[in-house]
Amino acid sequence: MSEYNVINSRAPRLDAPGKATGRAKYVDDMSMPGMLYGAILQSPLAHARILNIDTSRARSLPGVKAVVTAKEAGLIKYGVSPARYDETLYCHDKVRYVGDELAAVAAVDLETAMEALSLIQVDYEELPAVFTVEEAMAEGAPLLHADYPRNISAEVHQEFGNVEAGFKECDLIKTTTFVNKRQDAAFLEPHGCLAEFDLFGQLTLHTSTQVPHYVMRTVAMVLGIPVGKIRVVKPYVGGGFGPKCEATPLEMSACLLAKVTGKPVKMNYSREQVFLHSRARHQFIHTITTGVKKDGTLVALTNECHLEGGAYTSFGIATVYYSGSLLGGPYKLPNMKYDGYRIFTNRPACGAQRGHGGVAARAAWEQQLDMIAVELGIDPMELRLRNIMSTGDVTCNVLDMSSLGMKECVEAVRDGSDWNAKRGKMSRGKGVGIACGFFVSGAGYPIYRSDTFHSTVVIKLAEDGGTAQVLTGSAEIGQGSDTTMAMIAAEALGVKYSDVRVTSGDTDLAVDLGAYSSRQTLMTGHATKEAAEDVKRQVIEVLAQDLSIPPEDIDFKNGLVVFKNGTVDFSRVRTRYIQEHRGWTDPPTGDLTFKEAARMAFLAKGTIVGTGKYKPGQLGGKHKGAAVGTSPAYGCSAQVVEVTVDMDTGKVTIDRMTDAHDCGLAVNITSVEGQMEGSLSMGMGEALFEEVKFDSKGKILNANLGEYKIPTALDMPNVKTIIVESNEPNGPFGAKEVGEGAIMPTIPAILNAVYDATGVWIHELPLTPERVYRAIQQAKK
Amino acid sequence: MKRLIKLLVNDKDYELAVEPNQTLVDVLRYTIGLTGTKKGCEVGDCGSCTVIMDGKPVNSCLVLAVQADGRVIRTIEGVEADTGLHPLQASFVEKGAVQCGFCTPGMVLSAQSLLERNPKPNEAEIRTAISGNLCRCTGYQKIVEAIHDCSEKMTR
Repeated sequence: MSEYNVINSRAPRLDAPGKATGRAKYVDDMSMPGMLYGAILQSPLAHARILNIDTSRARSLPGVKAVVTAKEAGLIKYGVSPARYDETLYCHDKVRYVGDELAAVAAVDLETAMEALSLIQVDYEELPAVFTVEEAMAEGAPLLHADYPRNISAEVHQEFGNVEAGFKECDLIKTTTFVNKRQDAAFLEPHGCLAEFDLFGQLTLHTSTQVPHYVMRTVAMVLGIPVGKIRVVKPYVGGGFGPKCEATPLEMSACLLAKVTGKPVKMNYSREQVFLHSRARHQFIHTITTGVKKDGTLVALTNECHLEGGAYTSFGIATVYYSGSLLGGPYKLPNMKYDGYRIFTNRPACGAQRGHGGVAARAAWEQQLDMIAVELGIDPMELRLRNIMSTGDVTCNVLDMSSLGMKECVEAVRDGSDWNAKRGKMSRGKGVGIACGFFVSGAGYPIYRSDTFHSTVVIKLAEDGGTAQVLTGSAEIGQGSDTTMAMIAAEALGVKYSDVRVTSGDTDLAVDLGAYSSRQTLMTGHATKEAAEDVKRQVIEVLAQDLSIPPEDIDFKNGLVVFKNGTVDFSRVRTRYIQEHRGWTDPPTGDLTFKEAARMAFLAKGTIVGTGKYKPGQLGGKHKGAAVGTSPAYGCSAQVVEVTVDMDTGKVTIDRMTDAHDCGLAVNITSVEGQMEGSLSMGMGEALFEEVKFDSKGKILNANLGEYKIPTALDMPNVKTIIVESNEPNGPFGAKEVGEGAIMPTIPAILNAVYDATGVWIHELPLTPERVYRAIQQAKK
Repeated sequence: MKRLIKLLVNDKDYELAVEPNQTLVDVLRYTIGLTGTKKGCEVGDCGSCTVIMDGKPVNSCLVLAVQADGRVIRTIEGVEADTGLHPLQASFVEKGAVQCGFCTPGMVLSAQSLLERNPKPNEAEIRTAISGNLCRCTGYQKIVEAIHDCSEKMTR
């Protein structure tokens, strides 16, 4: 029996009935009177100088209301990290990838807008292009951005401990190179938005985003509108997974066109444009060297990584840091050296995707740990347990594991998967693999340098006291944050879950940095809890006065007033409440209710409003880049995957997955499982199928969900999910992340299972039948 | 040149003038205003726009409005019962089968169509029936559980 009344349960999601009936509104479900339709002109060339843009024919097409280019938009640079603002809304001097934005059009309907695009004449001088890390870094290679020699968009060099000295103590040193492929997040809802200026010059942007707050700030900067004049509203969002974490040219175009035309402007990316905009998982080329003692004790790690980044930096600075810092745990490792290089190429810009920066690094290293285990004759599970970190440990790069149920996770999947009966004991073609991982529970610092609160929350009581409304800027993108906040608010306030409403995703309501870095449960959750406690304190104060008892004697639970020191005569309060509500159908009976107390508070003080806020305290190390990877808490996972490999065709089938995740306290158990299952599905897709492919001119060959393959219901097995609950001291009610940490072990667990099945190590993704078949054949030679 | 078509959508008659290149999903969403049907790819890959046409699930982005002339269409808005959620929708809610919700209308319709043909499907039959509906959030497990749960409740 849980000590809680609301949290730590399977409360049904608040948004599920609306979504299951089609009532829930997404941005393309909205329309406004007089609305225009916008479209963006994108470059057909990967790298070219722009000689001239002639929009005259487009402008004269009947039905066209505006055509904008860099001339109208200006050349204000923006991006994600202020240190690398390297994009302008429209290209003016050159285009850098197939899909780079040149102009936008607003017209009475989409057909007219598309026709207008075809009438814009752009003259180019084609330039040589680079598509791979190798090409881009080669001596004399053409530069995408003149200020960045060798096309290095960002580089990181870190050393913790002394790697060289460490390797001297080692009995076994192993080096491997591992390569993943560029991914697309493949959320089901393409980006869309609807922008409108009112007659006072106030802009409202409805948009499919994970980060209303950052979109507001970027739009303000690029279009020169004060932040206070912009309201960004996020309706329901059909998935994000990272690429919806930054302001898009779509959003800024809609705002600009709305400004120019004075009409609401709606815009959507097509599925192909989603691929072109990208901002999804990079390609990472990791060369990793690990040194261990013969008992398997980890001593030193060097990690060199090249990221194929595309034409702009986007989230890339954070990405290149994460692909180093996220190897600091969850094993005790005294010496670690990292050299990371993010490289510009003439392809769509990569950005953040679930498990930001850490997924390929994790796959590379966990596979190498298995190679070491095999070579030392130690069970891979045992090797991990010998090195495992636990609560209170701090990594060599100063990540503080304030709670870490890593060992419990490993033991849970060992027992839950029947590992001991299976590993190395199944018939050829069948195998089982293990891997671990961890992830931040919210970035310790905002993307722009600031002392801002990361979340503020307002809770307002209805005048009758019967409903608590949570007002937050946080972003429900499908992960269930609205439900989580309602549960936290109900628990902290002592009311029923059904008496809490949540209004979210609106920059007018409160400040929230949004849905990225698995931050909302911990950060927005903290602010929600604090706001609920503020409301509770105010209501208790009034009630205590009315009843002439000390406030400490009063508590609320499950919508009822609890008197801690025995019976209290509350008849005066009840009578007054009933007098206030003549003719109402729900007079309270029995115990005094929160509703009555809250009505008394309203009568005494007016509308009861509580506020909460959160920002992390001082965290992490002092080294350069310490801000990336630093978090108030870390979630962790272990997974065991069982596979069948067809030895004749190389086809890999995932038979069983067992996943244990430490999420601190599970606020909503069903939602935690949902994040685990979804993470494993995405990880499985990346391991087995997913790869964005290009032709020799930089054009995407599979910019659709038919040829870019994500798992279907027939590919995905059932997952045995095991929730491990540590108590996170920095989390609200002990809660921390699950949204991204759960993907960390999936790919390496599959790689390690494929080794167990075939005896072959494969260091390149995805594990297509062809690649696996060739590897098996190669090993036979 | 526009053409006049007749549709029976969720028991309501519509007579509409449509362009020959207009798709059924666009007519449902933008002309009639039934926005519960979602558009995820517009080329028949994702299944978000699934509706039931003459008793069979179809990708409404691959059906021209003129092809739907005279047909009987059920969209997600036609699934909800007067008394509230259809049992299938209730199971989706209860089992946690809904995350971002963008695939959900199509999933519910594919599942409903399955249960109409086969009231007690096994897991493989459920997975096959929804294999044309992509979901990126859930890993499908809770969707399969929800459909199974509804089947059990309705055939009890």
